[in-house]
Amino acid sequence: MVSEQTDHEHVARGADTSTPVFERSKRSLLGQIQHALHNNPTLVPVLILLASVLVFAIATDGRLINGLAIKITLEQVSIVGILACAQTLVILTAGIDLSIGAVMVLSYVAMGHLAVTYGLPAPAALLGGFFVGMGLGGISGLLVTRVKLPPFIVTLGMWQIVLATVYLYTGSQSIRSQDIDATAPLLKLFGERVSIFGWEPTILGAPIIYAVVLMIAIFALFSYIMRQTAWGRHVYAVGDDKQAADLAGVRSDKVVFSVYVVAGLIAAVAAWAAIGRVGSISPSSFAEANLDSIAAVVIGGTSLFGGRGTILGSLFGALTVGTFATGLKLAGADPQWVLFASGCLIILAVALDQWIRRISA
Amino acid sequence: MNIRTLIAGSILSSACAFAAPALAQSGDVSACLITKTDINPFFVKMKEGASAEAEKLGIRLSSYAGKVDGDHESQVNAVETCIADGAKGILITASDTAAITDVVKRARDRGILVIALDTPLDPVDAADATFATDNFEAGRLIGAWAKASVEDPANAKIAMLDLNESQPTVGVLRDQGFLEGFGIDTADKSRWGDETDPRVVGHEVTQGNEEGGLRAMENLLLKDPEINVVYTINEPAAAGAYEALQSAGRAGEVLIVSVDGGCPGVKNVQEGIIGATSQQYPLDMARLGIQAIAKFAETGEKPKASEGLDFTNTGVNLVTDKPVDGVPSISVQEGLDRCWG
Repeated sequence: MVSEQTDHEHVARGADTSTPVFERSKRSLLGQIQHALHNNPTLVPVLILLASVLVFAIATDGRLINGLAIKITLEQVSIVGILACAQTLVILTAGIDLSIGAVMVLSYVAMGHLAVTYGLPAPAALLGGFFVGMGLGGISGLLVTRVKLPPFIVTLGMWQIVLATVYLYTGSQSIRSQDIDATAPLLKLFGERVSIFGWEPTILGAPIIYAVVLMIAIFALFSYIMRQTAWGRHVYAVGDDKQAADLAGVRSDKVVFSVYVVAGLIAAVAAWAAIGRVGSISPSSFAEANLDSIAAVVIGGTSLFGGRGTILGSLFGALTVGTFATGLKLAGADPQWVLFASGCLIILAVALDQWIRRISA
Repeated sequence: MNIRTLIAGSILSSACAFAAPALAQSGDVSACLITKTDINPFFVKMKEGASAEAEKLGIRLSSYAGKVDGDHESQVNAVETCIADGAKGILITASDTAAITDVVKRARDRGILVIALDTPLDPVDAADATFATDNFEAGRLIGAWAKASVEDPANAKIAMLDLNESQPTVGVLRDQGFLEGFGIDTADKSRWGDETDPRVVGHEVTQGNEEGGLRAMENLLLKDPEINVVYTINEPAAAGAYEALQSAGRAGEVLIVSVDGGCPGVKNVQEGIIGATSQQYPLDMARLGIQAIAKFAETGEKPKASEGLDFTNTGVNLVTDKPVDGVPSISVQEGLDRCWG
């Protein structure tokens, strides 16, 4: 028999023996929204996009929902959209790539000059451009991972170096659209209308160009890669907490390096599409593409602190900026207001992001 | 005015050292040429003109060029070097037209002749003289040509493709010149966008490059698909506009006019992509500048502004192979012979 003195469990005998459950804390409506947004990071940019489409559809008496308006918005978004995909990868690692636009410009300058000036066959010229993009991404990657410089500084420097190279090499002269047509029409592939065995698909009667299809394909591809592959999960892990990722066996420096190379490659693909879209090889175009791509990523709900956000969010972010641009112009606003509105959107998006992160889940 | 480097400059505005002055001819009289950069074909031509004329007149010329546009501090250093060097005259294309005036005043106080090339200083009388393109006239010429060339000018639908949101003087002058040439009331001449004439479909900005021209044209076509006259700030913007018109299936039916006279631009006039362009002459600006310095060194006489203007007009010609009555023009061949870049 156990005496009362040695029976240490007697106090527990009267206690509740049911399995403990988490008590559902009572959230306010706002809290519930906050929670839902926290769990579905893509929801915010989707809602912002839908809201802006709705607002501008009303403000323009429906003129925004028109084949031509949609076509132009998609085409104007396509190049910066592709760059935004690359930018998302870099920002997810808690980095930033200020050089992405310049890398694209140097890539297409290389493609154009290899094909038109030096007479290389178009596929070889394209390959040359891809190597330029990857090489420049690789340099940034090495400086970030080996020399341990902050990504902001590395890519700020690369931005200026690459842009200066563009101007020095080209003397700020464009290659004319007509000269490309004559020597290497393949370079302008992405400016062509989509045609499947002679059938040309349309959006509300307006034709689609390959650059738009390319943008959507790249987003689909990387959305899959980021969710379903080890590399994609590693990128998130490194961006969220590099030390923890290292301890978990992720070779984080290698992952970060590869992200910059992949970003450079995507920029070079964007370069190919840009030749098709713009028509000529224009060294002075896309001067602010880097900032535009960052804006798309931020509006798309990706955190600048890394590890949080989605690839698709950036697509919606880019589309939102495009909707604003087209919508404001259709509504008759001066070009200055597009700039103004885009600035407001960025601040709104980041403020929203901060608010969602403050959640005590 | 060079639009392409404007953009480069706004980005690459960090301090970059000036290249060491390239010393040319030795002689009693020395002069300085300070440009924004030496990679832009516009300034390359300018330097070419100055060097050739200096050699001819036996003037020792030091050329300074910033590596990037917008590099104000280095231009200040260059002016100071020229003062210390005992230069007789300075030719300068200022990056920051208002801020440079302090050091320019110091140079003038020492008896140095300062001539602004291409870009007037702010205020314009901060320099002894300004040798530049009459941008208003450049715009007026293409406006008048377009009016005479379009089928029904009273019912024209005009797209205005401008430089950028901040409305720099060069862009405003060309824009308003075009409208006046076309016979449209410009309202306030110091800014674009306040016109009420229904023939103007709208103004869009291009940043002076192909991508901007394309985007701007697309937006305006969205507003009115029947646009039949397009004004563009420069030839790269015109090339972009043509792409947009092409994909809208309207390429052949629309009149595009432009300003600059760079070689690719004139080539586009030759091929009928651009209808007419107003050509400016950077080489002449520098050549006349050196001549003025030589004269000043000899006689102390300063150059006078062109009549009715506050600067010396270095000339502008309409380049087209489809001349119209009442608008003087030169042939595309002559334009190609005199193009820069």
